[in-house]
Amino acid sequence: MTMNKPTQLTPTPAQTVGPFFGYALPYAKDRELLAPGSPGSIRLQGTVYDGAGHPIPDAILEIWQADADGSVPQHTGSLVRDGYTFTGFGRTAVGNAGTFTFTTVNPGPTEAGAAPFIAVAVFARGLMNRLFTRVYLPDDEAALARDRLLSSLDPDRRRTLIARRDPDGGLSWDIRLQGDGETVFLDFSGVEGPST
Amino acid sequence: MPEEINLEIFNADPITEDLANETTEAAPKTYALDAAAESQADLSAEMKAIGESYARALKDGAPAEIQPRLDYAPYRSSVLRHPTKSLHHADPETIELYSPAFGHMDVHALESDLTIAHNGEPLGERIVVSGRVLDGDGRPVAGQLVEIWQANSAGRYIHKRDQHPAPIDPNFTGVGRCITGPDGTYSFTTIKPGAYPWKNHLNAWRPAHIHFSLFGSEFTQRIITQMYFPGDQLFPLDPIYQSIVDQDARDRLVATYNHEQTKPEWAMAYNWDIVLTGSKRTWTENEALGADDDHE
Repeated sequence: MTMNKPTQLTPTPAQTVGPFFGYALPYAKDRELLAPGSPGSIRLQGTVYDGAGHPIPDAILEIWQADADGSVPQHTGSLVRDGYTFTGFGRTAVGNAGTFTFTTVNPGPTEAGAAPFIAVAVFARGLMNRLFTRVYLPDDEAALARDRLLSSLDPDRRRTLIARRDPDGGLSWDIRLQGDGETVFLDFSGVEGPST
Repeated sequence: MPEEINLEIFNADPITEDLANETTEAAPKTYALDAAAESQADLSAEMKAIGESYARALKDGAPAEIQPRLDYAPYRSSVLRHPTKSLHHADPETIELYSPAFGHMDVHALESDLTIAHNGEPLGERIVVSGRVLDGDGRPVAGQLVEIWQANSAGRYIHKRDQHPAPIDPNFTGVGRCITGPDGTYSFTTIKPGAYPWKNHLNAWRPAHIHFSLFGSEFTQRIITQMYFPGDQLFPLDPIYQSIVDQDARDRLVATYNHEQTKPEWAMAYNWDIVLTGSKRTWTENEALGADDDHE
């Protein structure tokens, strides 16, 4: 049974995360969704670049994903990790060279035949509102070919959303905010107004 | 540096508005002003032109803009950091229709009082900032994480790259968290932050603000924003505030002073409600009523 939707309110506007989040948003083990080296753990790594191709040293990223079985975690404890519960949420400020590393698991498909992906939110000084994107696992090409979002993109743009599989089993995936190879960023609302 | 300040936090993150000008020396007592920097008049003229252009578009029937512009050149740091391609419309799927869960195991109740993090009382004007977090459909966002951070009363952040020669307050870090109540309410006790100078242009000052980070019931509702104080004379001069070109939208970031809630001889009260974007999921009756659902 579903409820009728109540009246729509106008959303509060966003503002940039600014330069000084470093003492506020990061927390212990924020980037470790599970302990590095534990069974099934992989590294998701990459670099965030600006429109001149320079690494951005002051971005902060969040990931949110299904567990290895494709279930959506609904456990609390992301901020105070107990070392055993997979909460599906991670956060990391990038380093001086714009690089980031998460320790996580390969998410499973949330429905049979679906292409597994990790949801990402990007924040940075100079960026007025968060950007949503996805990082898809590269392995199941048939599922990728069926994916609704990927199918709606030109090949050049599509590839910005698909990670590379590293020899160690990890994933590499870069974020380009602007310019050549600009990452595809997503608008879920359709009513957020122009982006330019 | 005061010993009470956690060194790990203080040195946590080497971020700066102007890496190129950084020195490792102690901050000098006086600062040479950058003669090459653009003036406030230059920036104000740019902002005015954009505002007038928007006003004309509105008059011609364009829809009101409710979010900041990602491409807003007067905020110089945005120039190379905004996507040039339109955001790609997507229907949220699976994971995006749910939010990470936070709870009282994540956040201690005392984290909502920023004035008790150290041994002594912080300097400045004690305030209580409270309100409700609602989704775009008017439903309270219950049991969800709210994070805030801010400068101290002198306009100084506890951050090693903040070179503003204003005093650090050994009794104020400026970070708070809470979990919203069943009706979506939050409340923080803190100190009114000072205005803060930055290097966007010569004589650039940010209006006093508190950074807010919010989660909804879906990842698509994630937002980080800033709350401002009513009547700030810096509003028309600030490219970050003005990046929201619509006055009604800008006004949604300004708190209201509430004398009824002001606590006599203790703290001034401000109210600020936050509305997230509408939910995309089809809600079950239990969820809509705020019950702990098994999410199908």
